[in-house]
Amino acid sequence: MSRIELKNIDKFYGNNHVLRNINLTIEDGDFMTLLGPSGCGKTTTLRVVSGLEKPQNGTMTIDGVEMINADDAYYAEPSKRGLNLVFQSYALWPHMTVYNNISFGLKIQKMSKSEIDRRVMDSLRMMRIDQYKDRYPTELSGGQQQRVAIARAVASSPKLLLLDEPLSNLDAKLRIDMRAELQRLHKELGTTIIYVTHDQVEALTMSTKIALFKAGELNQVATPMELYNNPIDLEAADFIGNPRINFISGTAEMKGTDLVVKSELGNHTFPAVQLTKEQRPSSGEFECVLAVRPEQIIISREPVEGALPVTVYASQPAGSETIVTLKAGEEEFLSKEIGQAHYDIDQQVWAIIDQDKINVYNKETTRLIKRSV
Amino acid sequence: MAKRDLPKKPLTKKRLKNLILNVLRNPFNMIVLVSLVVLFCLIVIPLLTMIKSTFTLAQAEVRRAGGKAGDFTLYYWNYMLFGATSKAVLWIPLLNSLICGLFTTLISVPLGSVLAWLMIRTDIPGKKILGLLVTVPYMIPSWTKALAWLAVFRTPTSGANGFLTGLGIPIPDWLAYGPVAIVLCMSMHYYAFSYIQVSGALRSINSELEEMGEIQGANKAQILRYITLPLILPSVLSALVMTISKSIGTYGVAANLGNRIGYYTLATRMRVFINDNPKGVGYAMSIVLVGLAALILMSNQKAIGVRKSYATVGGKGGRSTLMPLGAAKKPMMAFLGLFLFLAMVMPFFVLIMETFQVTTGAGYGMNNLTLYNWIGTADEAQKYTNYPGIFRHEEFWKAFYNTVRLTIIASVITAFCGQFLGYISSRGRGKWYGNLTEQLVFVPYLMSGVAFSTMYFSMFSRARLGGLIPSLYGTFTLIVLTSVVKHFPFASRSGTANMLSISVELEEAADIAGASFWKRMTSIIIPLAKNGFISGFMLVFISIAKELDLIVIMMTPSTQTMSYLAFTYSQEGYNQMSDAISVCVLLFILVCYIIANKVGGADLGKSW
Repeated sequence: MSRIELKNIDKFYGNNHVLRNINLTIEDGDFMTLLGPSGCGKTTTLRVVSGLEKPQNGTMTIDGVEMINADDAYYAEPSKRGLNLVFQSYALWPHMTVYNNISFGLKIQKMSKSEIDRRVMDSLRMMRIDQYKDRYPTELSGGQQQRVAIARAVASSPKLLLLDEPLSNLDAKLRIDMRAELQRLHKELGTTIIYVTHDQVEALTMSTKIALFKAGELNQVATPMELYNNPIDLEAADFIGNPRINFISGTAEMKGTDLVVKSELGNHTFPAVQLTKEQRPSSGEFECVLAVRPEQIIISREPVEGALPVTVYASQPAGSETIVTLKAGEEEFLSKEIGQAHYDIDQQVWAIIDQDKINVYNKETTRLIKRSV
Repeated sequence: MAKRDLPKKPLTKKRLKNLILNVLRNPFNMIVLVSLVVLFCLIVIPLLTMIKSTFTLAQAEVRRAGGKAGDFTLYYWNYMLFGATSKAVLWIPLLNSLICGLFTTLISVPLGSVLAWLMIRTDIPGKKILGLLVTVPYMIPSWTKALAWLAVFRTPTSGANGFLTGLGIPIPDWLAYGPVAIVLCMSMHYYAFSYIQVSGALRSINSELEEMGEIQGANKAQILRYITLPLILPSVLSALVMTISKSIGTYGVAANLGNRIGYYTLATRMRVFINDNPKGVGYAMSIVLVGLAALILMSNQKAIGVRKSYATVGGKGGRSTLMPLGAAKKPMMAFLGLFLFLAMVMPFFVLIMETFQVTTGAGYGMNNLTLYNWIGTADEAQKYTNYPGIFRHEEFWKAFYNTVRLTIIASVITAFCGQFLGYISSRGRGKWYGNLTEQLVFVPYLMSGVAFSTMYFSMFSRARLGGLIPSLYGTFTLIVLTSVVKHFPFASRSGTANMLSISVELEEAADIAGASFWKRMTSIIIPLAKNGFISGFMLVFISIAKELDLIVIMMTPSTQTMSYLAFTYSQEGYNQMSDAISVCVLLFILVCYIIANKVGGADLGKSW
């Protein structure tokens, strides 16, 4: 159980500035996911927290205890931070049995033999791999190795558990199983977890909070649903969601306190309560981008009041859902319909879009100016 | 956000304390520091000392050059470059070295590459046994090949008949001794570089690359020309550079085959000056050798980069389909057979038979066969030579003891240091200390064996630092030290490869578990490095066992090894005994290699 506070963390490799002024607070019991494309600094942040990397700037406290103070060149040793780490490669020691892999750290802490045995067996049972305790890592499958790595990390009852892309080496089916497993683990242990991944589905399904990285900076920290519904900028919107979000360009203008937007989707007026504090011109027209999730676009075969007349460009039924490409004027966008539906190419249909669910971005700054509610 | 520069922090007392603690608390830093100091003392200082000694007047030349001992002088460089005898001292040997190096490369690189291609990419039968046989010549020390050459081609110019002259076939001196003999002998040795390099590259080429060419409609020749060759070109070039820089500095072959007709290369000429005087000239020549090797390697690095090669190893589809030789199979087999016969079977048959002959070149009739060279007593000696058979000769057993002692001690130390240096350079990749270690360790690679030992000879032949480093002249310690440092590049290369195969994350996981540096070493690194260590150790062992060039100038009667004894016997004309000793050396190496191969999984493919 612990609360981690990172302040003004800067990390350089030579002249390469890989972490830029990271400020992040992780509350006690959070399942915090660090999300972003590869090379954005999420793993480096995890390694800074673990103590394997020393940042050149900034401070970090765990439960109020100073762990990093770059000004004083003070860095607590990894083993003194009360945490444990699951590596992407698992980093199981190949010359030790499963049992010895898990007991290694406990032996170093000079626990009694019976205590070690109890803890090792407990964590093995929790990960449901107690029957493999005398095997060597090479004799296990990928999924089993993964479980051993987690068992090793939790055996020392860390206050903070760090996971570095732990599922990336597993096949798709196993990954879904392990996601459920990790969620359960988080509940049972109540430990604070920091989880690194580039997979948005993992992030959205497991976390209590997501920190979205962008080129070494923190872009947005929010709950999974908030991140999904209101990505802070165009890049974040594009990164989250599958199939990807629809972008439609338009022009916007402030009329009083309302935002009036014109596009191929028609004319919309958004009330002040839906607007963010992001910068936008207070008068005159400016370019904007509308963003709509595919599942927010509902297709009607009959004309409906306020619906947008569009033509079907292509239709991709996939069993559980159907992805339809629609065309309005020059703009193309996707609609996702649950279930199986059939549309003819070039068929005339009507798209119903709830204007509250539309996000609007300032094209110049790429930032979100109208939230979906 | 604006790009921020690396922050500069005010140096507070607390910060200073923590900075110092950070360094001191981590034993790794201490180890790096100690290693760098040791490397500096063992590599940089000797090099500088040798350079300095070429500019310092020695007692022996005081009268000729004027001035007093210890004065700065250009006498040696003058003597070498512009003196009345400079042509004989430097220019002709230099030219000879270059010619030998060039022709050796011209023969051995194509030979090695073709052999590699045949063994890896074609469906030539009997690959397993052929693959072993092809690498055998490399295990044989190059100076032994020179002796085998002499056994076959020797002419009465050096006092005795060889196999062919014994058969009544007149052998001209230009074939028996000198450049032709040297080039052919060295080619039979150094083709192995190309073979090992190119076969490694060929093995890593995914045959799908070639199949894609086939689908595009290229025929076999076009595939070879436009796909396979460009992919292995970096390996071929690096083998080429290695061959030329090694063959320029080779001593054993050139001395055995050149000296008796007054044909000198830079390396053999240098030894004359080191043994006699002025030594300063010898040192200056060794600097020329080092410079030459450095120049060749650097030009290669500039052109393609020494280690640059295409990343041809893909994660998937390493499948390799073999090219059917078809009608060419028989000629190719004949070529391989001829190569093996000429490079291995015949010379060693003759060499071994010679050890049983009374008179070399006089045929294998019963009256010419004897076991005297092996087990003869001194009483019979008058009939033959002044020495008893080698197994009854104290000198031989002493040399045998020295060889075993030297190989074991030196290779244990070298292998340990190699793993250690490998650990530092693998963990320090991209950091200044890792790069510095790698560069320092690379320096002995630039030097041929003779040049390197010359450097150590000049450094340690008298006490330094007011007796802190005692004079090691003529001691066994000096020979061990030289062998160890000279094999650093190879040992640390295998150490680095070994350490790179141990993921850093395994150590980090232990770090997080609370293991101290020493605990990590003993419970993670050492157990995991064990196998790589054994195979690295055995390969160093073999390399030191066959060494002659490196230790030849340091030999004294009490420290001489088998290689050296064979060399001196050959120079003195005791050909059969010399052969007998080289047969012993050969057996020693072969037995060691077989053990290494079986026990440690050592593979010659990684041996340079």
